[in-house]
Amino acid sequence: MFSSNSGNTVIKSKMISRRMFLLTAGKAIVLVGVLGRLISLQINESKKYKTLSDKNRFREWKLAPERGVIKDFFDQEIASNKQVYQIHLIPENTKSIEEVFFRLKTILNITDKKIFSLKKKILKQKPWDPIIISDNLTWSEFSRVNLFLHELQGVEPIVSVARVYNDHSSAHILGYVSQASAKDLKRKEYLQKMSVPGIAVGKTGLERRLDKEIIGKVGFQRYEVNAFGKRIKQIQVDQGQAGKNYKTTLDLDVQKYVSEVLVDKAASVCVMDIYNGDIISLVSSPSYDPNSFVHGVDRKYWESLLKNDRKPLVNKAISGLYPPGSTIKTIVALSALENKIVRPLKSVTCTGKIEMFGEKFHCWKKKGHGVVNMRSAIKRSCDVYFYEIARRLGVDRISETAKKFGLGKKVLRDFVEEKAGVVPSTTWKKKYIGQNWYLGETLHSGIGQGYFQSTPLQLCLMTAQIANGGFEIKPRIIFNEKNNNLKDYLKFKNENPNQPLPEELLVANFNLKPLFKNQENIKIIKDAMYSSSNEPGGTSYRSRLQDKQFMFAGKTGSSQIKKFTEAQREAEVKQEQLEYKNRDHALFVAFAPVSDPKYAISVVVEHGGSGSKAAAPIAKKVIKKVLERHGLRKSHENSFGEEV
Amino acid sequence: MYQPRSIQSSLSFKDKLISIDFILVFSILILGIVSILAMYSTDGGEIKYHTQSHIIRFFVFFLMFFILSFVQIRFWHNTSYLIYILIFMLLLGVKYFGLTSSGSKRWLNFYFMNLQPSELMKIALILFLAKYYHRVSIENLNKIKYLFLPIVALISPVLLVIMQPDLGTSILIAAGGVVVAWLAGVRPKFFGYAFLAFIMVLPVAISFLKPYQKSRILTFLNPDRDPLGAGYQIIQSKIAIGSGGLFGKGFLNGSQSYLDYLPEKHTDFIFTLFSEEFGFFGSVFILMLYALIISRIIKAGNVTRSNFGKLYCYSFATAFFIYVIVNMGMVLGLLPIVGSPLPIMSYGGSSMMAIMFGLGIVMSCRIYKDTPVN
Repeated sequence: MFSSNSGNTVIKSKMISRRMFLLTAGKAIVLVGVLGRLISLQINESKKYKTLSDKNRFREWKLAPERGVIKDFFDQEIASNKQVYQIHLIPENTKSIEEVFFRLKTILNITDKKIFSLKKKILKQKPWDPIIISDNLTWSEFSRVNLFLHELQGVEPIVSVARVYNDHSSAHILGYVSQASAKDLKRKEYLQKMSVPGIAVGKTGLERRLDKEIIGKVGFQRYEVNAFGKRIKQIQVDQGQAGKNYKTTLDLDVQKYVSEVLVDKAASVCVMDIYNGDIISLVSSPSYDPNSFVHGVDRKYWESLLKNDRKPLVNKAISGLYPPGSTIKTIVALSALENKIVRPLKSVTCTGKIEMFGEKFHCWKKKGHGVVNMRSAIKRSCDVYFYEIARRLGVDRISETAKKFGLGKKVLRDFVEEKAGVVPSTTWKKKYIGQNWYLGETLHSGIGQGYFQSTPLQLCLMTAQIANGGFEIKPRIIFNEKNNNLKDYLKFKNENPNQPLPEELLVANFNLKPLFKNQENIKIIKDAMYSSSNEPGGTSYRSRLQDKQFMFAGKTGSSQIKKFTEAQREAEVKQEQLEYKNRDHALFVAFAPVSDPKYAISVVVEHGGSGSKAAAPIAKKVIKKVLERHGLRKSHENSFGEEV
Repeated sequence: MYQPRSIQSSLSFKDKLISIDFILVFSILILGIVSILAMYSTDGGEIKYHTQSHIIRFFVFFLMFFILSFVQIRFWHNTSYLIYILIFMLLLGVKYFGLTSSGSKRWLNFYFMNLQPSELMKIALILFLAKYYHRVSIENLNKIKYLFLPIVALISPVLLVIMQPDLGTSILIAAGGVVVAWLAGVRPKFFGYAFLAFIMVLPVAISFLKPYQKSRILTFLNPDRDPLGAGYQIIQSKIAIGSGGLFGKGFLNGSQSYLDYLPEKHTDFIFTLFSEEFGFFGSVFILMLYALIISRIIKAGNVTRSNFGKLYCYSFATAFFIYVIVNMGMVLGLLPIVGSPLPIMSYGGSSMMAIMFGLGIVMSCRIYKDTPVN
């Protein structure tokens, strides 16, 4: 069996050697295979794996930049930043997320709902990305968290900065910031690179308009981390860049004052420099607290804002659309003069109503104004006179003049919430309503009713362009030194303190485009507005300012919400007797001071009744305030005018 | 023909010393030093626990290798069955008295070390079968009756090790046994039958696998299946090796291992660490060092006269090659992660002991190349 004869041994030895040879050949092939793999990994694909290795090795945490500050004309901060106390959670560093939330619940007031949504968010992001648990803690809450920090693994107390708005008067025009939503991230390209937890983006107003520049540059900290996400050492830090600061043309003191005047009313006020278009004040009322949005709005507060019938969330000055009512009469009269339809002294007899095209057209004054010419028709706001003028003029010529003076198109650039309004014409109606124009509608348009829709800002611009002698201005809210042309203005003013600016200087040096054919016509309109405010019988006579330095010239208007029935008209129902939501909107536009116009104003009080009773008294107060601050504004302007 | 020389049994110590394969000894020493450096790197550039015990183990077992080299080859031949039985008993002992660590029972606790008998079984089985096939005559070699004992000797320890469970080691044990049978001249058709039988029991075997073992195999087939779970090891290892590039990141600069991305960096993934720090040239150097060691083992088989010696050396060389290739194939993403150490490089006393033990017998075959075994 196990014999070992030598022959057998040799045969076996040969067999072993033969088979070993086969195995060795096999080994060589395998060795070449392994070598090939090494070449492919370490030489051919080395670059790819080096990148992957760095990706393992380094981790970046983004730092939210500080938002730029928005200031008023006098460098007071309207939107600034303050220190806030936050707690962040890095899910990766916790032992058990459940446990941390449980502990946090006992330390802070966190609802189950909030915890639920936080958990959902955690699942969506990388485990080392911090999540903000609470972004605005009080000092006592913050110190309590710090006290229990040893029990809260993964929780990091952070002192950060957040937006703060010092008062509510400018809430609408400034807008507010809030956490970037998924929609924001999708729509705005510049935000996609800045996905920093808790970054606030502008949602409305200037905050939104300036968001791209004001948001700043995201910084980052790059760390070397180990496989468990523990930071080993810091490699690089980039603090990022705070956003650009912006100076506006607004006067915070005026804003606050206007806001007080408008308190509890659904109203808006615009004040504009008639020469350079600087918006001195733009207030919408009632206001809201923009701070409440910064850290996520409280549901109750949000609902109360939505339910409020005075619409606190709407910026009425640029998004509110109102029929201009009698304030449009300035434009209709101007259009008639420019198109040489009537002479200023041509008289019309008002009997309280006229019948035309089978329809009755009423004057607001039931008894009628008797014989009126252009000046007295504007002064007393006679509707019948303007029915007649409009009938002769035709809607298209009214429309042309109205558009020239800034109605029917957006005034500011890039304000999403701004509305364009409507200046009706025959082609407009054909295009948007699909019907032919009725002649009766021309008459309604002549007194600013019917299809006419305009924003208070447009009415202010319209008035400003009449007041400055009929030149085009470009309203602006962001202060701009370059296009101020202040030096010429100041020079002239210093030499001729009591004279209005001459037309040549305006056209030549201010690069202004005249909107008129004959400037005499503008003067006639301005004079008529003067009479309306400062002569007995004028619609806003009762609200006049007698002091020469404040004296203003204006035009009232009321825009009808609901047509009066014959019965109501007979019963002479007063606006105050109507239900709030059926009352007319009260409008008033003016410029001041009469001797040397500087500012234009528009006031709209929703459901205020009549312009003379509700809107003009507000304008009176605001005009006084603005003119009182005029010297201050010009000297401030002068001070940086010299710096240039 | 074959004339046993009587002087063989009376070799002087000087003769013995001269016939030592110094190339093999030096390449083992170099590999040992390289492995100590690698271990030093896994400890983050400090001499800590792993480095210390690796140094001690290497030199203790290197000394053992040296001493065993001078043991008569006849002794190894005579005690082969006994060694096998002894280690088989230890393996059985593991089943009842073993230490359990991370879900598997592999170790026996001796007061100076935790011994892993399955590692020693790799050598013992080769020794056993080398003796068996040395003694069986060429005519009887392929008779079914004579296939019975080798099959039992192979399957019993493999089953014991699988049940520990330790898939990697059991595969390596089986591979060693199959190689001896192949070299001895067992007909290829029997290997075909064995393979068929293996395929047939595979579904049954798979059902015995632990979930982590199943997922490792699935992961090998598609590493991106679960990049943070089971595929993690393969992906991180490939990143480490690939990012090493041509020249490596430099000694102690392997970010993947330094930052703990490498799993099991002391043991199974030691090559990855070395490869990351020393790049392609480092990897090739290690590969060549292994090739040299293996070729020296084959050389010992060539010069030794006895078929026992030849069978043992060739089988051990092939098994050694398989250990290296399985480990490298694993870390390079060519084979599934089965858990097998890289000879000498990897941290682990039993593996080091087994390899040094095996090498000692190889050296003994070389020194007593002309001594008949029976």
